[in-house]
Amino acid sequence: MAIHIIDRRLNPGGKSLENRQRFLRRAKSLVQGAVKKTSQERDIKDVLEGGEVTIPLDGMHEPRFRREGGTRDMVLPGNKKFIEGDYLQRSGQGSAKDSGPGEGDSEDAFRFVLSRDEFVDLFLDDLELPDLAKRKIAQTESEGIQRAGYTTSGSPANISVSRTVKLALARRIALKRPRKEEIEELEAAIAACTDEDERVELVAQLDALKAKSKRIPFIDPLDIRYRRFEMVPKPVAQAVMFCLMDVSGSMSEHMKDLAKRFYMLLYVFLKRRYKHVEIVFIRHTDRAEEVDEQTFFYGPASGGTLVSSALQAMHEIVRERFNPSDWNIYAAQASDGDNSYSDGELTGLLLTDKILPVCQFFAYLEVGESGGSAFDLSDSSLWTLYERLRNSGAPLSMRKVSERSEIFPVFHDLFQRRETAQEKAAP
Amino acid sequence: MTERLFEGADWDFRTLQRITDACEEVALKDLGLDVYPNQIEVITAEQMLDAYSSVGMPLFYKHWSFGKHFAFHEASYRKGLMGLAYEIVINSSPCISYLMEENTATMQTLVIAHAAFGHNHFFKNNYLFKQWTDADGILDYLDFAKNYVMQCEERYGRTEVERTLDAAHALMSHGIDRYPGKKKLDLRAEEKRAGRRRQHEEEVFNDLWRTVPAGKSKSRSTLSIERRRKLLGLPQENLLYFLEKSAPRLAPWQRELLRIVRHIAQYFYPQSQTKVMNEGTATYVHYRIMTQLHQQGRITDGNFLEFLGSHTNVVFQPEFDDPRFSGFNPYALGFAVMQDIERIVTSPEDEDREWFPDIAGKNDVMGVLRDVWANYRDESFIGQFLSPRLMRHFRMFHLHDDPEERAGIRVDAIHDERGFRRVRRELARQHDVGYIDANIEVVDVDLSGDRRLILHHHVIKGSQLNETDAKRVLQHLADLWTYDVALIEVDANDKVLREYVVSPRPIPAAVA
Repeated sequence: MAIHIIDRRLNPGGKSLENRQRFLRRAKSLVQGAVKKTSQERDIKDVLEGGEVTIPLDGMHEPRFRREGGTRDMVLPGNKKFIEGDYLQRSGQGSAKDSGPGEGDSEDAFRFVLSRDEFVDLFLDDLELPDLAKRKIAQTESEGIQRAGYTTSGSPANISVSRTVKLALARRIALKRPRKEEIEELEAAIAACTDEDERVELVAQLDALKAKSKRIPFIDPLDIRYRRFEMVPKPVAQAVMFCLMDVSGSMSEHMKDLAKRFYMLLYVFLKRRYKHVEIVFIRHTDRAEEVDEQTFFYGPASGGTLVSSALQAMHEIVRERFNPSDWNIYAAQASDGDNSYSDGELTGLLLTDKILPVCQFFAYLEVGESGGSAFDLSDSSLWTLYERLRNSGAPLSMRKVSERSEIFPVFHDLFQRRETAQEKAAP
Repeated sequence: MTERLFEGADWDFRTLQRITDACEEVALKDLGLDVYPNQIEVITAEQMLDAYSSVGMPLFYKHWSFGKHFAFHEASYRKGLMGLAYEIVINSSPCISYLMEENTATMQTLVIAHAAFGHNHFFKNNYLFKQWTDADGILDYLDFAKNYVMQCEERYGRTEVERTLDAAHALMSHGIDRYPGKKKLDLRAEEKRAGRRRQHEEEVFNDLWRTVPAGKSKSRSTLSIERRRKLLGLPQENLLYFLEKSAPRLAPWQRELLRIVRHIAQYFYPQSQTKVMNEGTATYVHYRIMTQLHQQGRITDGNFLEFLGSHTNVVFQPEFDDPRFSGFNPYALGFAVMQDIERIVTSPEDEDREWFPDIAGKNDVMGVLRDVWANYRDESFIGQFLSPRLMRHFRMFHLHDDPEERAGIRVDAIHDERGFRRVRRELARQHDVGYIDANIEVVDVDLSGDRRLILHHHVIKGSQLNETDAKRVLQHLADLWTYDVALIEVDANDKVLREYVVSPRPIPAAVA
């Protein structure tokens, strides 16, 4: 009888994926609620992690005809001291019920694990990037070819001569293949030799050498190496995200924290849309510098405030490193709104002429102290400036935030689907 | 002959082949088993979870509830609450066994012996499986079902299909024929039949028929109740069958979906009736094969000890007051009875001669066992072959819990001379599907009035339906029936205990 043994391990996994998606779709509102609740409890840093959610089973219940109650008979193993006719006390209601087989599997809540992607998907559901149609976004990704070392097999066109010869040389040396000079030397010696005995010996030597050099080929198939190429996705769909932040003395830890959360969400969001996302951190006081993340958020700094310096820095970086035709440029600026009065003119000019034309999106987030009631009283100088620019048609998004819990709604507003965002643009 | 099959725990595909060959030799020659051709598939843990969620079948139609089960199993597996089975075996021809890749070589041997020979023999020979399942056609039928559901989704929309399937699933446990009917199920023909029917409909379609005036409708009231019930095939306990044939407003594709769910329920019906026997057979077979292989020197002592370790875990039966207790372990009970039969056949005692005159001392162990495997199901198996000795071994006792009884739960019988027969009868009854599932049947349709469908639940021992669930299931039933549905719970004296009436939910879009 023929027995078939089949290795199925290499079959594509995720056979249940579609069922799972159907399940999620069906339970969407429930799961979404659970995701919101879970994400409130955790750090934004961990938002990407996915994880366990609990939803009420009610909506997902699959009913069957089940019987309950009535007189019950059961046969159990392990009698120790009972004899016929004994009565056992019922211990409450529960225990007698539980012992019955195949009953009482009703659960109130259903717990399961969402993958990272599912979690983020649900978390960011119905958000849409502005101007998605613009330029080279995700779908147009192309495959590029990249050198990736050497391989022992390949097409003749890809033979790497230098590597092959090198290996052949190494092998010849290792196996002590007689060199051409040695043979010539010996031949010369034979020609010059007079003594018959010595001559015979030399000829024998020569034959041995020749035989050996025949045995050990100059280039063996073993030596041949081919250049290896690898297909790599070309990061056409790439984005750069500029984080601009005022780090002057007036920015408190709380404000920085707000800004940080906003940047992180933005990052999460961009990461989902683009294969390759770079982040540039520019902090500024009265002068701007590009720094790493650690310094950006935690490095001490003090001084006045000149917003234009940051914009200038950003402009220079864009010109040097990020050609707008290759990169999608996003910028998010966080500030407490202070700017020295004289700087307003320059800031506005830089923004409208240099920055905004190359940006997909420019968001301004004005952060305030928690419980910031004073915050609402009068608009800050920067806010006034930006508002004026926006009213004259500049594509700016701006929001004020003073509480951690407001971050997400703000983010939500900023990135709402395009149509609605435009309606909201002029409140 | 004494060549070892493998050393240590590692295995590769050649090892598997050797193991299978060795098992086959023992199974066919020494035990005289008769099996379907085997197909052994090695899978990963994730694939095992996949298989779990689609009731073990390699292909199945898509439905959210499988996704829910997958999510649930995955969560508990990841938390370590649940181990995965070592294998899954499918009653098909060829008989497909899934082996987990992380099993050791010993475990693979055990699992091959267990599934590919034990279960396989049982599937091929037991009368219930012969009667109710079509091993040759099941995979093709599932493939057909999957495609059919997919086509329906394309044509009629996912929500519509989902609604029908939800309802069918709710009624699945009552979509089974319990008594063999006219003919054996032939799933291949089934698939062709559906195709032909569709073709026929398309060929004879003529829109003019719609416009032909109908004759004077006959007065329905003249139909006597007897005649009406006969026409509808009532009483009918197969609710899905009844709906498929008689529901007035279902679209043809909905009937086909009900039919698919019904066939699949029917396919699993024998398995629910033979859990103890099926596992008992497989466990007995793997035990015999492994012992034989060890005696032949093809498995080392160390590997054999590893096998005994897992075997002991599998047949472990906690006692009733043990926190791990959750009913009788079908492996333990089945295996114990099989071994006991072996003992009775080879070295019976006086008690055994008295209780089992037919088989005691017959000396042909495999002959007797093969006969048992072929002709019994759990209920009859336990009812016939549970010996007093085993009852003493398990120290079985019978509890009778009457809520009316104030004094508590009565110990009705124990493992003594007076109790043996009663304990055995009671345990057998516990394994009788007739007692496990609620006995619900369609008894009448009010054809002359509001077309109300009337069902009876014959309450046994005062055990009524869970209210919330019953209402939900009836809701599904009413949605399919499209008129009111009444369920009446009656006790043995025809006294009405409770009555449910459910009206169908309005369907948003008209069903063509």
